[in-house]
Amino acid sequence: MITVKNLDKSYGSHEVLKDINCTIHDGEVIVIIGPSGSGKSTFLRCLNLLEKPTKGSIVVDDQEITDKKVNIDKVREKMGMVFQQFNLFPHKTVIQNICHAPTRVKKMNKAEAEKLGMELLGKVGLQDKRDVYPVTLSGGQQQRIAIARALAMQPEAMLFDEPTSALDPEMVSEVLAVIKQLAKEGMTMVIVTHEMGFAREVGDRILFMDHSQIVEENTPEKLFTHPQHARTKNFLSKILH
Amino acid sequence: MNFSFLGTYYTFFLQGMYITFLLAVISVIAGTVLGIILTLMRRSQIKVIKWISIGYIEFIRGTPLLAQIFLVYVGLPMILQVNVPDFLTGAIALTIHASAYISETMRSGIEAIPYGQTEAARSLGMSKRRTMIDIILPQAFKNILPALGNQFIGNIKDSSLVSVIGISELMYQTTTVRGTTALGLEPIIVASFIYLVMTLALTRLLSHLERRLKSSDYR
Repeated sequence: MITVKNLDKSYGSHEVLKDINCTIHDGEVIVIIGPSGSGKSTFLRCLNLLEKPTKGSIVVDDQEITDKKVNIDKVREKMGMVFQQFNLFPHKTVIQNICHAPTRVKKMNKAEAEKLGMELLGKVGLQDKRDVYPVTLSGGQQQRIAIARALAMQPEAMLFDEPTSALDPEMVSEVLAVIKQLAKEGMTMVIVTHEMGFAREVGDRILFMDHSQIVEENTPEKLFTHPQHARTKNFLSKILH
Repeated sequence: MNFSFLGTYYTFFLQGMYITFLLAVISVIAGTVLGIILTLMRRSQIKVIKWISIGYIEFIRGTPLLAQIFLVYVGLPMILQVNVPDFLTGAIALTIHASAYISETMRSGIEAIPYGQTEAARSLGMSKRRTMIDIILPQAFKNILPALGNQFIGNIKDSSLVSVIGISELMYQTTTVRGTTALGLEPIIVASFIYLVMTLALTRLLSHLERRLKSSDYR
């Protein structure tokens, strides 16, 4: 379980997050939507401390992760992250990309890591790409590998930062299918996305963010059909045609 | 012009060529190691370490190699209180010189790696150190390989300066031949030709290596 309390983030005088409060239960899929610059990605990145919160607390499994004494690398092991730009390691093959962290960080033995790697490649449907370099793969394939790489650390939760925003339209569905599968398996996930249909289908709860704040949160059904807040209505009217 | 002296003295040139090559190889390898350390120091959060690195680099880049050679030649035995062999002195001076330039190259190589690489590695639980060693440096190194090749070629030419402290590399040997044969121009022409052959051969070899490295991206 992840509990966020009174989270603030600012760059100098520029406030990016204002008083964010949120609880993410195990097995829950939270989808964050909202206009560009509303702080969605920053919030997500605060959850594994890629961004350092200015104020407030984030508790992961009873551990206050903003505490200076906490080994942040250990916290990150528990939270997989998938980026908009995939960020695969170009100098490593697909299987090396996946097995690197498990073997070097978790000290898993190589054979075991490769077995796990192949299982995960099977899961994302790319077992035949095991020994190629990322540059030879399409965006959709790279993103599926990036998901497998994050899963290889056997995280307790997964964070997705606009996972389909850099993809050609015809590749979006193959990536979304993998994420939907994870949701079915009960993975705890926080997803920032602009894919509203997907948000509605996969989310247990939708957070709408605007101007550095969580404006509204509700089940997808209620949020999309009966938005309470004027800003939510305005946003949805612009993107749902 | 008369090149008949070559029949007797060609071993001088071969010997000199060998030492020159050795100095260039040692200084580029040791210079790369030292250069990486300097780069990491420069990126350190600790101000003192950072400023030592910056001061070192600026000093080396802002003073002539010849002055640096003498500084090492005279200064090193004084500091260490032992006799340092001449060859080692020359190799150290050239290494120190090359390391400053290699460090700057390395820095730009590291800065050229997208920040997303660091973020991806850190998000997988890799420490700062491991991220640098496993993810950033290998990519940066590949990026700067052409520049390192140029540095190597530069080192071959720079090494001619250590002849002033009596190291029997190519230039020193050439001076010896000039003295013995009383020929002013011809030995210099021979030496220049040898330098040219060495650097051209290396240029070729490096562009071949570069092509091979690039092709590994598209296996």
